[in-house]
Amino acid sequence: MPIGPPLLQIQNVQKSYGATQVLRGVDLRVAKGEVVTVIGPSGGGKTTLLRCVNFLESYDNGSIMIDGQEVGYRDVAARKRRSERDLARMRAETGMVFQLFNLFPHLSAAENIMLGLTKVRKLSRREARDKALHWLGRVGLTDKADRLPSELSGGQQQRVGIARAVAMEPKILLLDEITSALDPELVGEVLDVVLSLAAEGMTMLVVTHEIGFARDASHRIVFMAGGAVGADAPPREIFAADQPNERLRGFLGRFTAAHRL
Amino acid sequence: MLGQIAYAFPFLLPGLWTTLEVSAITVAISTIVGALLGVGLVYGPAPLRWVVRAFSDIVRGIPILVLLFFVYYGLPITGLNLQPFAAAVLGLIVFKVAQVIENVRGAIGSIPRGQTDAAKAIGLPFPERLAYVIAPQALRRFLPPWLNGVTDAVKGSALISLLGVGDLMFGIQKVVGRTYEPLALYGFGAFLYFVINYALSLASRALERRFSYIRE
Ligand SMILES: Nc1ncnc2c1ncn2[C@@H]1O[C@H](COP(=O)(O)OP(=O)(O)O)[C@@H](O)[C@H]1O
Ligand SMILES: [Mg+2]
Repeated sequence: MPIGPPLLQIQNVQKSYGATQVLRGVDLRVAKGEVVTVIGPSGGGKTTLLRCVNFLESYDNGSIMIDGQEVGYRDVAARKRRSERDLARMRAETGMVFQLFNLFPHLSAAENIMLGLTKVRKLSRREARDKALHWLGRVGLTDKADRLPSELSGGQQQRVGIARAVAMEPKILLLDEITSALDPELVGEVLDVVLSLAAEGMTMLVVTHEIGFARDASHRIVFMAGGAVGADAPPREIFAADQPNERLRGFLGRFTAAHRL
Repeated sequence: MLGQIAYAFPFLLPGLWTTLEVSAITVAISTIVGALLGVGLVYGPAPLRWVVRAFSDIVRGIPILVLLFFVYYGLPITGLNLQPFAAAVLGLIVFKVAQVIENVRGAIGSIPRGQTDAAKAIGLPFPERLAYVIAPQALRRFLPPWLNGVTDAVKGSALISLLGVGDLMFGIQKVVGRTYEPLALYGFGAFLYFVINYALSLASRALERRFSYIRE
């Protein structure tokens, strides 16, 4: 397992929507090159946590640092938000892949990838196109470069989504249930891409319901329920028969029963 | 009856031209102003949003004729004395801006949240998100209702004859005053308005069809 200072350090993050507290003091670290998966019951705050990491949501308390820089605030104590430009600059260092793909429907597969490369990374159109084609090749979609998202299957769209995120060469990749919206037979092709990125040392924070994937691909598994981290350990310990966290045991029990793992 | 129309038509041409001119100026200016205010309504800071929301709600609750009379007869009391043509155009613009604001709000509102999330996630700041992600998608949903709404400007413009502006309606009334043939001439006037607006509606529907297959 990789060691080193945490690339992502989440400390005591709290967030409420109105009166409901969704994150109740979350602590989590991800080291460079590490793959950490987050599992847990729906409504447990996993998506919210991931969205806080690139400041698609603000957090009320606590701190999230990427590579030593506070994500959303230029002054954490005073809760002074970064400027729009500054936030954009920070977000460019975090890649995110969404459950519902969120491809830009008016742009071809290649153009989806090129947009960030030209407008944020300031590559020429030619360089951006080369890079987009390279990444489309990596996800097995070279021949779909000029197709609109509506002309692609769900699995293909999600692979474009991954290519769009990694082409920006982010420091960390955030994946939020990226196979949940796919037909079962398309899940494998997407997870294979994630596995190959993991094998190359891409740092990842992955929210997933694919418990088998979490077990096989992650250095650590974090169990999140009720807005808090209930367990944070290597897969072997998480799945150990004498797992002390009762809620986690129950969750895994229901899961393995339902999915015949 | 055809004879009367053939006789009247040359007298109506200048008015027809004025109607088209007033409509075009109204639509051009109100589209630019309405687009800016519409973006302000969706993305602006709260005070701006309140002001735009109030403007749009108030204007859309007032008949066009009242707007026109307010500008032409009301504003001079504040020292702003406008010629009939300018007052007419200004009144129609105010009416139309409110409509364009709502067209813009609807178009942007129909774009899923995830589009903004994805644009933010690749590091695009607000102006770039708007220009490259939101606007191109919103435009497709904006254009058909906007073009359809142009017909309201054309129809509304008939009221400016009441300020003494020599538009198509004004021309028709003048000819009717001379020939006492109201049925033939108002019928012909209605036909001219209908042709203009029907062409706009057809164009709007064609745009809608053209954009409808570009779905997510
Ligand atoms: N925009 C929002 N407004 C209000 N409540 C929200 C919002 N987003 C999420 N929530 C609530 O926060 C809780 C955690 O949601 P989420 O982070 O999506 O959990 P998970 O991804 O683990 O299923 C849920 O109870 C959800 O209803
Ligand atoms: Mg979720």
